[in-house]
Amino acid sequence: MELQHTNFKHLQAAHCENGVTTALLRHYGITKITEPLAFGMGSGLFYIQLPFMKVNGGPAISFRTMPGLIFKRTCTALGVPVTRKKFRSHEKAMQELDERILAGKPTACQVGVFYLTYFPKEYRFHFNAHNLIVVDKKGDDYYISDPIMEGLVTMNSYELERVRFAKGAFAPRGQMYYPGDQLQEPTDEQMKQGIIKGIKRNCRDMLHIPGSFGGVSGIAYTGRQIKKWKTKLGDEKARSYLAQLVRMQEEIGTGGGGFRFIYGAFLQQSHPYLKADELFALSKQFTATGDKWRDAAIQASGIYKGRLNTQADYDNMGDRLIEISALEKQAFQQLKALMGKIK
Amino acid sequence: MKKEEIPQDNGALGKIAKEVTYVVDENGNYSTGQSTGWDVKTDALNVAWHDVEAKIEAAKQKVLHGEASPILYFMEKKIMDLNILASYTGYWKWSIKKHLKPAGFQKLSADKLKKYAELFEISVEALKNPFQH
Repeated sequence: MELQHTNFKHLQAAHCENGVTTALLRHYGITKITEPLAFGMGSGLFYIQLPFMKVNGGPAISFRTMPGLIFKRTCTALGVPVTRKKFRSHEKAMQELDERILAGKPTACQVGVFYLTYFPKEYRFHFNAHNLIVVDKKGDDYYISDPIMEGLVTMNSYELERVRFAKGAFAPRGQMYYPGDQLQEPTDEQMKQGIIKGIKRNCRDMLHIPGSFGGVSGIAYTGRQIKKWKTKLGDEKARSYLAQLVRMQEEIGTGGGGFRFIYGAFLQQSHPYLKADELFALSKQFTATGDKWRDAAIQASGIYKGRLNTQADYDNMGDRLIEISALEKQAFQQLKALMGKIK
Repeated sequence: MKKEEIPQDNGALGKIAKEVTYVVDENGNYSTGQSTGWDVKTDALNVAWHDVEAKIEAAKQKVLHGEASPILYFMEKKIMDLNILASYTGYWKWSIKKHLKPAGFQKLSADKLKKYAELFEISVEALKNPFQH
């Protein structure tokens, strides 16, 4: 696809918000940024199971921070101004987007995936926190850089307007956002400070969030819950619950292992800026927990495929999460201690 | 996860794009690789769709037995719930609850029927007679 108004380079990423953040910042002048660095500076790693709340009739579990925060925090850390707009009027939302696109300024939009034409049907639930970049327009067609896709895709104005104004939880309300243009490359010192801040905030979120269902203690909470699911919910519902856990952990966007692998990559990429060799060992610890998350997913699939069905199988699954909780607690405590040492 | 361990099963997404995965080499150094899909994930997604199908079938039976209006059936078909339906139509949830009952459905104005039909991407005729082909 030939672009007319911009020289934007599409970037495929594991996760949509990381990808949008990275591609936009690179386009506007910050070449030091990568997907793992954006994820880490934005303190993207998280875990929470919201009690009393259901998503699609299953447990409300998330492996990442609230939508929008990664972009905001990473830009703030790098001293980049951010504009984010919501719209009441559909016309105005499309018109303002057009003005930027025709001026050669690629712009990110938050969209719902239910009507996202180029997505496979199997993935089209009413999920409204997807992110993409609109890069160009030709006639009635918009050229879209969706970080999940391997190359650019197109949507016409009706289709784009529809996904920008999807309804339901996290309704995007036409939301578009972008960093300032002609950005200055951050100094290594700025990168270092941004990384430290991102790690410290992530340690806080994982270790010290109040209550028992968020952060590392939340993982153990889910583990203890799982052991009760078989008797409490019955076989069929318990299977659906486990499938939902695996979907949140592995579904498009996490890079595998519920973002733990991206975080491991982030710690490695931080080394040139922080110059602390401990980062390599810590990176390996996150790789190890990511692998354990994947092994747990295989155990879960044994249950929801109907191959495993005893209480002992559920106990095994629960114990895996309790073990991961302890390992991640240890890793974050060491990470926190390390941040205390770096000046 | 190591690069050679990346699952390359047939996933729904794999048909249109390979997924970026973060992997390590033998020294623990990270790079990225692509995956066409992972059966563990595909099966989880299938469970979710199986649940959706079961809800649609239950709604169909309710409509056939005169316990619910066709709106319930099409709501389930579009994987919507009361909240999503309310925000797309602009109607209050309590009035939608009425529309979900056969008696409330009979009283719907032509305008409202049209609005529902458009949202469900069907004709008004199909909304009134959901199971005729």
